Amino acid sequence: MTTRRPVEPVLWLAFSAGGMLSALLVPVLLLLFGLAFPLGLLPAPDHAHLHALVRSPVTRLVLLALTVLALFHAAHRLRYTVRDGLQLKRLERLVDALCYGGAVAGSALAAYLLATIS
Amino acid sequence: MPDTIAVDVTRYRPDRDDRPTTQRYEIPLRKEWTVLDGLNYVKDRVDGTLSYRWSCRMGICGSCGMTIDGDPKLACETFLTDHRPGPVRVEPLHNFPVIRDLVVELTDFMAKLPRAKPWLVTDSDKPPPDAEYRQTPAEMDEYKQYSMCINCMLCYAACPVYGLERDFLGPALIALAQRYNLDSRDHGADERLEVVSAPEGVWDCTFVGECSRACPKGVDPAGAIQRYKVTAAKETLRSLLLPWGRR
Repeated sequence: MTTRRPVEPVLWLAFSAGGMLSALLVPVLLLLFGLAFPLGLLPAPDHAHLHALVRSPVTRLVLLALTVLALFHAAHRLRYTVRDGLQLKRLERLVDALCYGGAVAGSALAAYLLATIS
Repeated sequence: MPDTIAVDVTRYRPDRDDRPTTQRYEIPLRKEWTVLDGLNYVKDRVDGTLSYRWSCRMGICGSCGMTIDGDPKLACETFLTDHRPGPVRVEPLHNFPVIRDLVVELTDFMAKLPRAKPWLVTDSDKPPPDAEYRQTPAEMDEYKQYSMCINCMLCYAACPVYGLERDFLGPALIALAQRYNLDSRDHGADERLEVVSAPEGVWDCTFVGECSRACPKGVDPAGAIQRYKVTAAKETLRSLLLPWGRR
């Protein structure tokens, strides 16, 4: 039954949500902040404007959700790539711990950074 | 166009070979000949000891699955002219034990098959209807694609996860479970849930997607598995959030 290893479905949900959210939001953010603003294709918003935007709880929540889910998406993908692709099934627990542990650490760092914006 | 083509066939005769070997046959290259026609030519005219499975010659029976130039294919649907100038490599399906030459052992799949209950499970509380079960075209479209499976095992040969995890139910079996789950006449979805949502069910799948690429009948097992993951994940969340409810 599903309750025997209920963690796998939950990890998969995070993986799916992370993939979907990253595919929708990351290209937009990269295009704006990586190309359009630095190259002057679009008028860049000034620092005060962006700072006010990031201080809003809604923006922080969206950025946190995006970062956390994207990290868990990457962790899930990396776990299978390393375990099956490199045939490291005997190190399964270590691979799981490193991948998801990395995602947890990254999420904690993101939460700390977003929470301490003043 | 040259009038012959070389075919390198993997031979394994357990009574005399320690390991599989490759044997080359030169066969006539004709425009309308498939790999199966070539093998039949070898069997009839050149070497009667060659063993392989085949029956219908038209992609319905699912018997002649083999690895042709590295890809899992039905021999009856693979034309020799598409593999010019050759030689064409013909090997048994990957991920299965070989019995002899190109004949593989399918016991693992046959043993798993009934666990997914691939038949219409009826509601035993209700008496059977007086007339036939009616279904709209839209209701049939829900599952029709998955009903095209001919159990040829190409998806199992293509699946890297099945090669690593022998307990994995595998692509065709999960697609078959979905074929019945999505059928408006069926009431067995709850009974299949336990088997298909187990770790060796959908959760072993890492969405490589080779199964759907290999399928000669246009079934999309990878899609069926991903859809079922949503169902199974919802059930898990429900059992986590509402442990006192139905399972």
